[in-house]
Amino acid sequence: MIVELGHFALLLALAVATVQMVLPAMGARAGDARLMQVAEPAALTQLALLAVAFAALTYAYVTSDFSVENVWANSHRDKPLIFRISGVWGNHEGSMLLWVLILALFGAAVAAFGSNLPNTLRANVLAVQATIAVAFLLFIVLSSNPFTRIPLQPEGRGLNPILQDFALSIHPPFLYAGYVGLSMAFSFAVAALIEGRIDAAWARWVRPWTLAAWVFLTLGIAMGSWWAYYELGWGGWWFWDPVENASFMPWLATTALLHSAVVMEKREALKVWTILLAILAFSLSLIGTFLVRSGILTSVHSFAVDPRRGVFILMILLVLIGGALILYAWRAPQLRQGGLFAPLSREGALVLNNVLLTVACATVFIGTLYPLALESLTGDKISVGPPYFNLTFGPLMIPLLLAVPLGPMLAWKRGDVAGALQRLFAAAILALLALVTVAALMWRGPWLAPFGIALGVWVVAGALSEWATRIKLFGASSEEALRRAAGLPRSAYGGMLAHAGVGITVIGIVATSAWQSEVVVAMKPGEQAAIAGYQLAFQGVAPARGPNYEEQVGTFSVTRGGSPVTELTPSKRTFDAPRQTTTEAGIHVSWRGDLYAVLGDEMTGGGWAVRLYFNPLVRFIWLGAILMALGGVLSLSDRRLRVGAPRRARRKPVPMASPAE
Amino acid sequence: MTRKQRRATFIGLAVAVLGVAVSLVLFALRDTIVFFHTPKEVAEKQVPAGKRIRLGGLVAEGSLKRGTGSNVEFAITDTAKTIAVSYTGILPDLFREGQGVVAEGKLDTSGRFLADYVLAKHDENYMPPEVAKALKQQGVWQGDAKAKGSTPK
Repeated sequence: MIVELGHFALLLALAVATVQMVLPAMGARAGDARLMQVAEPAALTQLALLAVAFAALTYAYVTSDFSVENVWANSHRDKPLIFRISGVWGNHEGSMLLWVLILALFGAAVAAFGSNLPNTLRANVLAVQATIAVAFLLFIVLSSNPFTRIPLQPEGRGLNPILQDFALSIHPPFLYAGYVGLSMAFSFAVAALIEGRIDAAWARWVRPWTLAAWVFLTLGIAMGSWWAYYELGWGGWWFWDPVENASFMPWLATTALLHSAVVMEKREALKVWTILLAILAFSLSLIGTFLVRSGILTSVHSFAVDPRRGVFILMILLVLIGGALILYAWRAPQLRQGGLFAPLSREGALVLNNVLLTVACATVFIGTLYPLALESLTGDKISVGPPYFNLTFGPLMIPLLLAVPLGPMLAWKRGDVAGALQRLFAAAILALLALVTVAALMWRGPWLAPFGIALGVWVVAGALSEWATRIKLFGASSEEALRRAAGLPRSAYGGMLAHAGVGITVIGIVATSAWQSEVVVAMKPGEQAAIAGYQLAFQGVAPARGPNYEEQVGTFSVTRGGSPVTELTPSKRTFDAPRQTTTEAGIHVSWRGDLYAVLGDEMTGGGWAVRLYFNPLVRFIWLGAILMALGGVLSLSDRRLRVGAPRRARRKPVPMASPAE
Repeated sequence: MTRKQRRATFIGLAVAVLGVAVSLVLFALRDTIVFFHTPKEVAEKQVPAGKRIRLGGLVAEGSLKRGTGSNVEFAITDTAKTIAVSYTGILPDLFREGQGVVAEGKLDTSGRFLADYVLAKHDENYMPPEVAKALKQQGVWQGDAKAKGSTPK
């Protein structure tokens, strides 16, 4: 009964979304306020209906209702409650339902907090938002219905064990919140194009949404990478897998969008470009959805291989992206160009940021889609792996990272590069010191690595220098500095924190990639292995039993220089349903890096294959990502940027055929 | 600086960055991509020893031999041809005889494949699509019914 209620709510949501797509847009065109007013209640109703649908599916999962095909195929009675809940989005149909639920959430937020938006803009934004919802709701109802019934089954087939993990339970909601959050930027961009008018207020409205989406994307990607690191047992944290790229491309575009929106808000420049970037960022997240959900990629993430679904999503892509781009080509030339600025200025630096980020994004795009294109054209099957991305993406990041500390030091309109460099003198000295020290300590490693570390230090020190400069740390009295430190807006702190986070992530990436050590040995109980100064004594393997799995747990006593450090217990788990084996790595965390042990198969003669890694400074990668996200949250909490905060700028009269009632 | 000159500066910047990126992409695509072949294609196309490829197929039944060290030997087959593979390291969790597998590495001069990666994805019914396609083309594929598990209706 509850399941049918959910199904019904889903269909109703589709109907409501269709109304919300048509009427407000007609109203905005005709200047009919009553038609436009349909948008807000429709958006709120749509959210309520989808929440009911989602709750109904969750209920079916929690109560293990195996007469629902989706639950039967992806759940099991013995599964712990948390994984029964996360199972709702651990499959194709449920994850699409989550996707539209989050979409409705963003739409409802505009309806609820958008009272200070011009009426026509609000109506158009909600209509565009509803168009996206209609497309995806149709997709769910026609080809991926999670509420399909089957005859009651005694037991479910269980969730892929590799997905039964806490970080992975919350990874998809974060990533989706990021993907779908970009729909706001898209809807605002398309609405602005429909209206043929755009101003700084537009940017002030779009920025918080984009920033929120960016924070979610950053955390979602970091979580996925962390999960891959400890769960897949390869000791790696990023594989340039097409699905990882699918989430990374929108992140790059959104990062660019955040920076160009600043220029637009402060200086009314780069309008046309910002609109394009907003369209591209959401298009990339749609393409990401297509790549992952169509099953044309081979990956843990492709839940189902069903060509009809792929074709359906491809159609959605063509209509939404194609439509937006055609509208852009038609209307963008009418948008007025904004303020002038010299190439060497804050704006100029932000343009450099945009050029480098979008081009880097394009290289990732080519590397991800080239194999697909080549196979459909020539039939040749190739794989484009990490060497391609390291060779193309890496070099493009170098000038970007060099410029990161410089940008905030430049003034708007016309910057003084010599002065900025002077203020960054200390940061440059620190980076040089890092270069020399690292090169001396690690002279046997790759020669490029010390430069990479220096680059990371330069970015972190640059963020600190910016802070020191802005509060006049070494200029006036300390009271003055304190007063200034307290007076700096939170968005300034957010920016500095995010930049410092980038530097820290760079340091982690360079250190782990350059100086990782790996040992693969066959060990018998009682034998020893050594890696990166650690001694590991293998104590043997013992069976154990978990809630829904059996495991073989290996025990290693770890010592360093004779003194005991820890005990590592990597294991191999065999789940009851579905019967699959997963590898659980044993990880010891220290400030130097992670000691990482994986238990392999039993070899002939009683030995076990064991793989050991030492990953220096690998935690810096995720620490940096967390700092970036914190920076974003800090900026969001800034009063001036708060979602829905009243605009300070004088509102321009709204050109409408007939005034609102 | 006039408006025109400013615009030219930015267009110049964009063109320069694009130029660098395009040359990097072309260079990287020539040198770093890896072709996928089945054992039969390896024989047909006479893939030279030392060239990096991905070899895909099924793990031949009864071919898996674990050494005393962490070296393992197995064979990859597409039923038409079979190639012996040597690998040092830990096989993926779902590596099993008769299951689909993709190995990345190169052939040595004796025709043996030295793998440095072995991929078997995380699903027991998983068949690398390239393998499924190649097997279908050769008419030995009957996996669909078995692999998907029949849905009760």
